[in-house]
Amino acid sequence: MAGVVIPLSEAVNGSKLVISGIEVQGVLRRRLLDLGFVVGNAVEVLRRSPLGDPTAFRVSNTTIALRREESELIYGTLIGGGDE
Amino acid sequence: MSQYTVAFAGNPNTGKSTLFNLLTGLRQHTGNWAGKTVITAEGEFTHNNHTYRAVDLPGTYSLYSNSADEEAARDYIIFEEPDVTLVVLDATSLERNLNLALQVLEITGRAVICVNLIDEARRLGIDINLKAISKRLGVPVVAISARGKIGIEALLDQIERVATGAFTAQPLRISYSDEIERGIAELIPMVEQTVGSRYPARWIALRLLDGDESLLHSLKTHMGRKNITETKEVVGHGVTAYH
Repeated sequence: MAGVVIPLSEAVNGSKLVISGIEVQGVLRRRLLDLGFVVGNAVEVLRRSPLGDPTAFRVSNTTIALRREESELIYGTLIGGGDE
Repeated sequence: MSQYTVAFAGNPNTGKSTLFNLLTGLRQHTGNWAGKTVITAEGEFTHNNHTYRAVDLPGTYSLYSNSADEEAARDYIIFEEPDVTLVVLDATSLERNLNLALQVLEITGRAVICVNLIDEARRLGIDINLKAISKRLGVPVVAISARGKIGIEALLDQIERVATGAFTAQPLRISYSDEIERGIAELIPMVEQTVGSRYPARWIALRLLDGDESLLHSLKTHMGRKNITETKEVVGHGVTAYH
């Protein structure tokens, strides 16, 4: 599955991605950039909450949880990890 | 004997308040929770016969995302014009922390970068090339451990150099894409005409291109009755597409 571009919301636990695009707009976009969600940065999917949302991501050496509304608008290229 | 103002900026949980307390002898609460430190703490310290008024700004990841904390920190650096802005970084997470350092350096070159938690970083095997960072950023960079009281004298010496003007900074100037640089060049004369030379025109032009309403609001407040609708119209007409 490596090399495929998917939204972060669809990445399984443990998978690693390199961010390739962020379609969030406005103030929230700026916030995500400030937190380390920058194109070219690596992200690891750590775990999902019991109800599937939000999901914890590891980015820039920090754990940050995002809701599906945001994570489905951030795209990344799979580079490894995960079971699929 | 003279007095200088030092503003403490930094991401949350970088040990900013620990350093602040160490220098000023204050025993204020240091844990953070959302929206806590909007009102800044102030204290005093002395070094080599200079007195410094220390101002602890709220911990922020950015000066741009428009939370009350970030606005407070941003407005202080812009409008109160501290003699030195001390940017406290977490040595174990430099990449994300440098984001704030760059944002501060776009506003003012009167800054000292303080890489805190250096003992923690060494334990994790992180080796930081301070000289290289200092050269790239154009301002003094000092590694310290506020908790371990390491490097504090060296830090105070650098604060003194910037405060007294013994050190002249050549802060890194970030070049943007041609399109954005053209927008900045177009806006700068109008910004200077409207807000005068007191505030960093290039930075304000950038914020205007970004459509930063909150900065416009602060500018209006701080400039009293002066009308800046003229500038606002320019943004509305030509350059809203840069988000």
